[in-house]
Amino acid sequence: MGVALWSEIVILVAVALLLLLVALFHVAYLTYAERKIIARMQQRLGPNRVGPRGLLQPIADVLKLLHKEDIIPYGVDKPIFHLAPLVSLVCAASGLALIPLWDTFVLSNLNVGLLFLLALSSLSAYGVILSGWASNSRYAFLGALRASAQLISYEIAMSLALLSVVLMAGSFNLQDIVKAQMESPFKAYIIPQIIAFFIFMVSAIAETNRVPFDLPEAETELVAGYFVEYSGIRFALFYLAEYFGMVVMCALAVTCFLGGYIGPFNIPGLPFFWFLLKLYVLLFFYIWVRATLPRYRYDQLMGLGWKVLIPLGLLNLFFTALLKLWL
Amino acid sequence: MGSLLPFLIFAISVLIIGLSMLIVNRVLALRKPLPEKLIPYECGMDPSGDTRIPFRVKFYLIALIFLIFDVEVVFLYPWAVVFEELSWFGFVEVIIFVFLLLVAYVYALVEGGLKWD
Repeated sequence: MGVALWSEIVILVAVALLLLLVALFHVAYLTYAERKIIARMQQRLGPNRVGPRGLLQPIADVLKLLHKEDIIPYGVDKPIFHLAPLVSLVCAASGLALIPLWDTFVLSNLNVGLLFLLALSSLSAYGVILSGWASNSRYAFLGALRASAQLISYEIAMSLALLSVVLMAGSFNLQDIVKAQMESPFKAYIIPQIIAFFIFMVSAIAETNRVPFDLPEAETELVAGYFVEYSGIRFALFYLAEYFGMVVMCALAVTCFLGGYIGPFNIPGLPFFWFLLKLYVLLFFYIWVRATLPRYRYDQLMGLGWKVLIPLGLLNLFFTALLKLWL
Repeated sequence: MGSLLPFLIFAISVLIIGLSMLIVNRVLALRKPLPEKLIPYECGMDPSGDTRIPFRVKFYLIALIFLIFDVEVVFLYPWAVVFEELSWFGFVEVIIFVFLLLVAYVYALVEGGLKWD
C-alpha cells in the first residue's frame, strides 16, 4: 500500500516536471517568437546575433538575468517584496496542470477544473497588488491600483463568457467540455459561441496585462508599473508569470472554444499536434494584436469592460439559455 | 484528493523552479549596494514624502460593484450546470435574479459610478 502510493507520487512528480520543462521551453521561445514577429511586422530584423537566426536568444537572456545584481531599494516591505513575484508565478503557471492536453493525458482532472482556473487567475491579482504596495514607489503603487481595478473588471466579463460554455456543456470538467464539443453539431463552441469567444479573448488580453490593455505597465507613463523596482531575476519571474499567463489563457480558449485536442483527423505519432497548432495560432493572434493596436485610455478601458463586455456577456448567456431550451 | 494531488505537485514544482532561480542568482550575482542605487526609481528625482499616497475613491467603488457582480456570477455557475433539469423554471428564476442585479447596475451607471473623467 505504502509502496504503491510512493511510486505513484514519484511518477506524478516526473510527469509534472516534464510538463513544466516543456512549458518553460514554450514560454522561453514565446518571448523569442514575439520579438521576431513584431520585428518583422515593423520591418526590422529582430534578435539575430546569438546563434543561427538568434535562436539562442532566450537562453542568453536567462543567463544574463541570472547574473544580474539583485537590487532591493530602501523602504520596501521586505517579506512582501520577496513573496510577490513567486505568488505571481505560481498562480499564473499552475493552471497548466488542469488543461486536458490529450484524451488520456491531463495532469489533474478536477471536476471543477474551470472554476479552479478562474480562481487561479483571480489569485494572480495578489502578486500585482502585493508588489505594488511593497515597492515603496509611486509608479509601482499607481500601476498596482490600475492593475487591480482592471483585473477585477475583466474577471466578470471572462466568467460570463465561460458561463455560456458551461451552459452548453453542462459541466465544469474541462475534459467533459471537450467531449461535449465533439458531440455538438459544429464540433467546436467557437461557432455557436462566437460572441463569448470574442469576450473571452478581449478579457484574456486584459487579464494578462498585454497591449492594448497594458495600462498597469504602460512604459511611457508609469515606466513599468507595478514591477518598476524589481530587477534581475525577480523581474524575470514577473516576466515568466506574464508569459505563462498568456499560454494558460490561450490553452483555456483552445479547450473551451476551439475543441481542445480534437482535430479533423488523427495524425499518428503526433498526439498533441492539434492542441499545439490551435495554441500557436492563438498565441500568434496575441502577438499580432500587440503589434497592431495602440494602448487604450484608462476611462475607455473601464468603459469597455463595464458598459460593453458585461452586458454583452449577460445577453449572450440569456440567448444561449433560450436556444438550449428550444432545441 | 485523488486529482488535487497532481495539481499540488505541479504548483510546488513551479515554486521550486522559481526559488532555485533566486538561489542561483544569489550565488552568481555580485552585490554592491550603493546609496544612490537603492533609491526608489522616480525618473531621476529624489523621492519625497510618503509613497503610499491617497488614491481616488473610484477604485473602491469599482471594487464594491465587482463584489456584487462576482457574487452574481458565482450563483449563476451552479445554475448553468443543472440547467437541463431545471429547464424553464430555472430560466425564469435566473431572469428574475439577474433583473434584480441589473437594477443595481443601472443605478450605478446613472449615478456615474462607472464613469471616469
